[in-house]
Amino acid sequence: MTAVRCIDLCKTYRQGDQDIKALDHLSIDIEKGEFVCLMSPSGGGKTTLLNAIGGLDIPDSGEVWIADERIDQMSKGQLADLRLANIGFVFQAYNLIPVLSAQENVEFVMQVQGVPAAKRRDKSYAILEEVGLKGLETRRPAEMSGGQQQRVAVARAIVSRPELVLADEPTANLDSKTSAELMKLFTELNEHHNTTFIIATHDQRVQAYAKRLVRMLDGRIVGDAEQHAA
Amino acid sequence: MHVFVVLCRLAWRYLWRNHRRTIVMLSAIAIGAWAMIFMTALTRGMVDQMIVDGISVIPGHVLIHDPDYLDDPSVNNRVALSDAELDERFGGAGFAGWSSRVRVPAIVTSERESRGVTLLGIDPEAERSFAFFDYDDVDGRFLEAPDDKGVVLGAKLADTLETRVGKRVVLMSQDPDNEIADRGFRVVGLFHAEMDATEESFAFVGKRTAQDMLRIGDSVSEVVFVGDDYRDVEPVYEKVAALVDDSVRVSRWTEVDTYLGTMMGMMDGFMLIWVIVIFLALSFGLVNTLVMAVFERIREIGLMLALGMKPAMILGQIIIESMMLLAVGLLIGDVLAWVTIKPLEGGIDISIVAEGMEMFGASSTLYPSFDIDDVILANVVVMILGFLASLSPAWRASRYEPVEAITKV
Repeated sequence: MTAVRCIDLCKTYRQGDQDIKALDHLSIDIEKGEFVCLMSPSGGGKTTLLNAIGGLDIPDSGEVWIADERIDQMSKGQLADLRLANIGFVFQAYNLIPVLSAQENVEFVMQVQGVPAAKRRDKSYAILEEVGLKGLETRRPAEMSGGQQQRVAVARAIVSRPELVLADEPTANLDSKTSAELMKLFTELNEHHNTTFIIATHDQRVQAYAKRLVRMLDGRIVGDAEQHAA
Repeated sequence: MHVFVVLCRLAWRYLWRNHRRTIVMLSAIAIGAWAMIFMTALTRGMVDQMIVDGISVIPGHVLIHDPDYLDDPSVNNRVALSDAELDERFGGAGFAGWSSRVRVPAIVTSERESRGVTLLGIDPEAERSFAFFDYDDVDGRFLEAPDDKGVVLGAKLADTLETRVGKRVVLMSQDPDNEIADRGFRVVGLFHAEMDATEESFAFVGKRTAQDMLRIGDSVSEVVFVGDDYRDVEPVYEKVAALVDDSVRVSRWTEVDTYLGTMMGMMDGFMLIWVIVIFLALSFGLVNTLVMAVFERIREIGLMLALGMKPAMILGQIIIESMMLLAVGLLIGDVLAWVTIKPLEGGIDISIVAEGMEMFGASSTLYPSFDIDDVILANVVVMILGFLASLSPAWRASRYEPVEAITKV
């Protein structure tokens, strides 16, 4: 079953006097349960592709499908509903809402979804334990390390069991040990919950965990290969 | 509902994220609210006192006159109902207070001076409950019956006439045939009023005595009715109007004393303007606070949008934040106003500026009035205007594109 389908995507940014082609007639299919790593040097288009798949950015042309829904023509409200129900996000930084505790951050999406309080609480405590943050539920982001914050972000991204998790440079601010732990967590979640992961990174250490490696350059796919994950 | 709870929690937390800024803004709102209510209480108290003093001198909340009396208050324009008919119509109608009286312009002359006055021929017992002075506080005595042969003057008028209790004065007016109608009266009492002008304006005699002097039989110039609240005279007005025909004119006190009536109407308008002016000063701080609060969390707004919050929720969150700020500030301001006004309700002595105040009908004691309607008006207006003022920053926040907001440096 196809989780994500991108057809002939184009996206051009204006930078000074120059037009930068962030996506250049890019097409890709990603099946449900895949663990895909988008690799490229900076400016290669991986973040733009991730944003287009997540409905955060609208391509100039082409089509983006999530499961059987075309999202590039959706309204802002429809896209918000789609993200809320189907997609979990992990960003490089500024991942958490600073005025909420770890547990409240994890609950946040469920609360907007309207999940009952008791169920929210149970699920958020359970997922925080699963990502190794038991005992840190009441801490605010400023009271946690970068790695702990990323774990909270991961917990929030997966707590409502989205079909798709998009992670943009999730290890960029982490040391190698924490990066490895985070990637191990991703792969476990991928295997246990059959969640589709698409990770954009230029961190060479991350690609070892991916089952499928997509290399991009100047907005185009220049390599797409399956591999044995670590 | 669940979304509202999320938004409220976020709004409250964000409000206290920069607690110093919030406290400064809360202080400004609280002081602004206090100033609105306190100034209004002072002004309301002054105007209320002017109106109460004014009505007590008219007196009455609703009055009956001949249709031409207000334009020409002469003895010829009398109420076309005799005393006996008035008693029959109004005696058992259940008014809180009513009385008929003779009221004509006259000249009072002592052996040294003369002055123009309003001659009031009254039934002292009928007017005791709503007279503007206490009969027992009169120097000498007050009138005892409608056929009392004495006159009661204001203390200030007696000074001017260089007369006193026990001496005689002459009251002179016109009868219905335009002949001079005059009579000598012994001064039996001197009344005291809040304002010198009142003491100089009236001469009280018995109603029957006045009717005899003016040769008008048992007719009167006006009939006055008192209700429970001078602000709401409609029940009394309607009751009186139902009991009379077109031969007389029924007026509310606001129609008889248009100055005071206009003053009462203007008071509410003045209050609204005052509240708006203070709010405009506050709004700069409020909008600035919200703009800063939005500006410093653009990335977080982007994150929330990315996580699935709709732009309308971001809009709602900023507005709720503004409303919370205003509500807390107003609450503090309201309490502060109550605490500062209540101890002053016994009256503030402003006799140092009494002469100036008297020029526009105010007495020398100011009674601030903590009116809950004024508090509600100030709060509602500020909340509504605050809502409008917060729309712009809230709208801007909700229009961010998530991908741009997240990457904002």
